Amino acid sequence: MKNKAADHRRKFLKSSIYAGVSAIAGTSLIQGCNTGASNAGEKVKLLTTDGTLVEVNQSNLTKMSHQPVSPDEARKGIPGRHFVMVVDLSRCRNARKCIKACDHHHQLTPDRPFIKVLRMQDNKASSPYWMPKKCFHCDNPPCVKVCPVGATYKRSDALVLIDNKRCIGCRFCMAACPYSARVFNWGKPKPQKTDHSYSPETSVPSQIGTVEKCDFCPDMLRQDKVPHCITACPNGALYFGDQIADSVTNGSETVRLSTLLRDKAAYRYHEELGTEPNVYYLPPSDRLFPFKEAPEGQPS
Amino acid sequence: MDLDQKSTRTLNYFVPQMVTISKSGILQLSILILFIMGGFYALYIQIVDGHIVTGMRDNVVWGLYIANFIFFIGISYAGALISGILHLLRVEWRHPIIRIAEIITIISTIIGPAYILLCMGRLDRLHHLVLYGRIQSPIIWDVLAISTYLIGSIIFLYLATIRDLAALRDYPFKSKWRHTLYKFFAVNFNGNSKQNRYLERGLNIMSAIIIPLAVLVHSVLAWIFGMTLRPGWHSTIFAPYFVVAAVFSGTGVLIIALWVFRKYYHLESYITKIHFNYLGIILMILGALYAYFTFSEYLTSWYGSETWEMEVLYKLFDPHEYWWWFFFAAIVGVVVPILVILIPQFRSINSITAVSVIAVFALWVKRYLIIIPTLETPLLPLQDMRPEYIHYTPTAIEWLLTFAGVAMFCFLFFLFSKFLPIVSVVKGEEGTNYAELRKTVMQRIIKRT
Ligand code: SF4
Ligand code: SF4
Repeated sequence: MKNKAADHRRKFLKSSIYAGVSAIAGTSLIQGCNTGASNAGEKVKLLTTDGTLVEVNQSNLTKMSHQPVSPDEARKGIPGRHFVMVVDLSRCRNARKCIKACDHHHQLTPDRPFIKVLRMQDNKASSPYWMPKKCFHCDNPPCVKVCPVGATYKRSDALVLIDNKRCIGCRFCMAACPYSARVFNWGKPKPQKTDHSYSPETSVPSQIGTVEKCDFCPDMLRQDKVPHCITACPNGALYFGDQIADSVTNGSETVRLSTLLRDKAAYRYHEELGTEPNVYYLPPSDRLFPFKEAPEGQPS
Repeated sequence: MDLDQKSTRTLNYFVPQMVTISKSGILQLSILILFIMGGFYALYIQIVDGHIVTGMRDNVVWGLYIANFIFFIGISYAGALISGILHLLRVEWRHPIIRIAEIITIISTIIGPAYILLCMGRLDRLHHLVLYGRIQSPIIWDVLAISTYLIGSIIFLYLATIRDLAALRDYPFKSKWRHTLYKFFAVNFNGNSKQNRYLERGLNIMSAIIIPLAVLVHSVLAWIFGMTLRPGWHSTIFAPYFVVAAVFSGTGVLIIALWVFRKYYHLESYITKIHFNYLGIILMILGALYAYFTFSEYLTSWYGSETWEMEVLYKLFDPHEYWWWFFFAAIVGVVVPILVILIPQFRSINSITAVSVIAVFALWVKRYLIIIPTLETPLLPLQDMRPEYIHYTPTAIEWLLTFAGVAMFCFLFFLFSKFLPIVSVVKGEEGTNYAELRKTVMQRIIKRT
């Protein structure tokens, strides 16, 4: 068991060195580093997503396609995972690189970002701090509860995704989300360049009259990579990982999730609402940077 | 069908109005149609450009449309609850007003849900509600409740109209299509005792069904808000509060409609001061009940003084934000009707109608105040630079569609009045004719003075 967990952790660090056999039913794609007839018969060692090493005949490997999974397939979670994010508030200085990376990857215009960095102040006595906020992928998500058509749904790997081909645009989920995590395509979205068809795992292309929000980049997760915002943060404020494997990484260091949460006294926003968020926050104490107000006119 | 003298007289009085239309009528009708066309134009723009043309944005995701939706469903109570209860209680004075009440119900139950459709981002995916509907969602509860309610109201109205349809079928109309139409809908009713018995039983059953159904519809509607974790919405009394507000506004609209038809069709001998007085007293009692709920709702959230609740309350009490609207909706709109109706010297047909207008307007504003301030107060701070994301202002498109809804309401009413006498013609078996009733009541009044 211990080994498995250790493998997981290593995988988050060096996910690109080993390619994983895609264990997801239906996709049946086997990822490989290189393919070629000359290598036929050679065996390669691969790490599967559930953490076991397997030997596979090289000729059975096909080049990994980046075609995202279909909307039906995207309803099932990646087996055996439970994704979490940890935000270290003491490291955030409103650099806003996460927003930029997210906007770029999801081809969003700056007027409707998935991530916001809010200026928070818990009470008059304490100093203000910056809080990067995205969808919390709640375990008891009010948005999923109220959706009349199941366009918003919860997966076994803790992700809450939206199928914008099913969404009827009633916006009940937006009214129900206590964290204002959702954005709506009020007008025609700007044309987006994409060479693949729509998948709830990529949220691209956007559609008029439907909702969108942070999706935790499941297309990256399927490739055993972390979401774009994690690697974009210059200060390592964002950690991402797997609760089952008990490990999170901020791109440069990998730590044990339970230790981090315990030692740093992690908390979640509006715990009292019973939404069970999967985004933890580490208190903004012992800060890396002193708090500085945002420049004039900077959107949140 | 054999008609008694009074029914024949009533029928003869109404038929000429049904088949002709005056010059001023044509003018009024064209104005209504103009407004409706305006609404269609606005709808076209909204469909082409998306909801960006409305004032709604990511924080205030619902606006005028939802306020109108609640408002119209509220009005629909006029027929369902009021005429249902009056029927079951065998209240004699109900006969001249019951038809108007039921027509209000049907029309507003059609127009109300139309606003939900206007609010939907993807009207083209309406069928997804059937394909993928999830019973866990309050929206599905609403869809089920409202459609059941609409069907129930139509059956109720139909049963209550069959006698008149039969009378109209036997009336020597000039146009043939009217004969065919009435013949079809009168389903061979000829008023024999067996038919009458069945009809009476059906009416009793339907009015017993329609009452809980109406209560349910507005409760479900209130739960859409009550179920969400939002300050100002997450309240246990929302369902009864909405129900009371709905009957209040329904009675108000019924009084206004009675006044208009009385003037328009010269029904002074059918719709009398007694009706206004009785309905006025119902309105007053409902107003008091509604005031009690309002007080209880805001007192508890103020006394508890939770941060989020207080933020919404401050907005309602801030003269720069919603105070004057709140003052009108929660205080003027309740106190004035109660006082005017309470004091007998003030009570007249016109004054009762005037305070009904105030109450109905106040309730529309109240619906607006339930939706918008809460949505402008998210739990995590709203830090947006764009004013339209912070503060909701309805756009011309939304207003056009709102006026179109009201115009549609009047227009459909007009249509109905061309097919059916606006006052029921043939009395039921156990009911007394309202003309007789008027006589006895008048006698009683004379005796007393
Ligand atoms: S943060 Fe909001 S949108 Fe995200 S899962 Fe929770 S309720 Fe849903
Ligand atoms: S807006 Fe779309 S995702 Fe949200 S509740 Fe409505 S149908 Fe579901």
